[in-house]
Amino acid sequence: MRRRLIVAVCLAVAAPAFGADMNLTVEIPTLKVAEYHRPYVAVWIEREDHTVAANLAVWYDVKKADGEGTKWLKDMRQWWRRSGREQTMPIDGVSGATRPAGQHQLSFSDGKPPLGTLAPGHYELVVEAAREVGGREMQRIPFDWPSAKPTHLTAQGKDELGLISLDLNP
Amino acid sequence: MTRTLARAALCLALALPLAAQAHKMWMVPSATVLSSDEAWVTVDAAISNDLYYPDHFPAQLDTLVITAPDGTTVKPENASTGKYRSTFDLAVPQKGTYRLALVNQGLTASYELDGQKKRWRGKAGELKTGVPAGAKNVQVGEMSTRVETFVTQGTPSTGALKATNVGLELVPVTHPNDLAAGEPAKFRLVLDGKPAANLKVIAIPGATRYRNSPDEIDTTTDKDGNFSITFPGPGMYWVNASAEDTHTSVKEAKQRRLAYTATFEVLPQ
Repeated sequence: MRRRLIVAVCLAVAAPAFGADMNLTVEIPTLKVAEYHRPYVAVWIEREDHTVAANLAVWYDVKKADGEGTKWLKDMRQWWRRSGREQTMPIDGVSGATRPAGQHQLSFSDGKPPLGTLAPGHYELVVEAAREVGGREMQRIPFDWPSAKPTHLTAQGKDELGLISLDLNP
Repeated sequence: MTRTLARAALCLALALPLAAQAHKMWMVPSATVLSSDEAWVTVDAAISNDLYYPDHFPAQLDTLVITAPDGTTVKPENASTGKYRSTFDLAVPQKGTYRLALVNQGLTASYELDGQKKRWRGKAGELKTGVPAGAKNVQVGEMSTRVETFVTQGTPSTGALKATNVGLELVPVTHPNDLAAGEPAKFRLVLDGKPAANLKVIAIPGATRYRNSPDEIDTTTDKDGNFSITFPGPGMYWVNASAEDTHTSVKEAKQRRLAYTATFEVLPQ
């Protein structure tokens, strides 16, 4: 009985550390344009001083030869300035191929890459999209970490991004 | 002929460096922020009234010095000089910042010969042959100008930006390829490596053709040569300062005119 109690206490204490996570949906809108290329998209977490706490995703043209794919990474100009220019592509566990129009679900767990362990504080989730021969858009969702209770936050893109939703679980 | 005219245009540009309507010398790169080892930039160099439209004379590329991030000097490719502009290509395989500079050091002379006023421009060693023996009222001046722009592949670096300690130069505090609209940018001007105090600095946004006002931003360096500019919007900016002193390198010259010009790209937030 006493042993069971200890196990139960251990689970209760350990549970938040295992459970804290963020689920993200990034919508790439369907655009009716004559020449369409999938957008480059970067998703990252910024501290209050605009330094980057974690790069969560970078979608770019990974297949093109001769660096043609990395040539346009700079068009995600805020990401490039805050973090991208310091990186060597590809970024393990972060970068990947461009994605089609639609909703894309991403899940990140506290303590595991690429999210890692965020110090408690105020952050912004930033999503930036840049499309060849198209536009560029950036959306931000401010949030506090860790979240005391399940939290649902959204930002509505206008041109190059659709609905961005962020679900935080304690 | 073109070259002589360009020299004359340059002299004129130097003679009236503070007047907004003076000819402006510049280099403008096709991009300042690059994200691929395979990237190139193509650069225009000209002396013009409008920014950045070549409408007067090409800049001469014989004084072009390109410093790579590792400090080595690299050569441009496909350099050519046309009617209104010079142009060249530059591969930027190294990570970091390249400095592109047109560096002019020379003498100007005005004199009278047989009752006619004449002008001459050349290198210091050419003065004796350049000005005829019978010349009267010879006035010799020294000239030192630097026209720069910067290009960065990957993370901005400062290895190529070290001052040569000759003439008027810019020492970045804020990196010239890390400029964003609405953010204060800090720089320092040095004259022969020493703080250039109390110098007027002007910044003019490009695309002058499409507005009525020059929209010139004026500031002045402090006692340590520092100045700060908050660029109001994104675009290319022509930043210029000039100075005069008597620290000449040849005894015939009584006065030295110095100018520093840079083209900065300011990106949107």
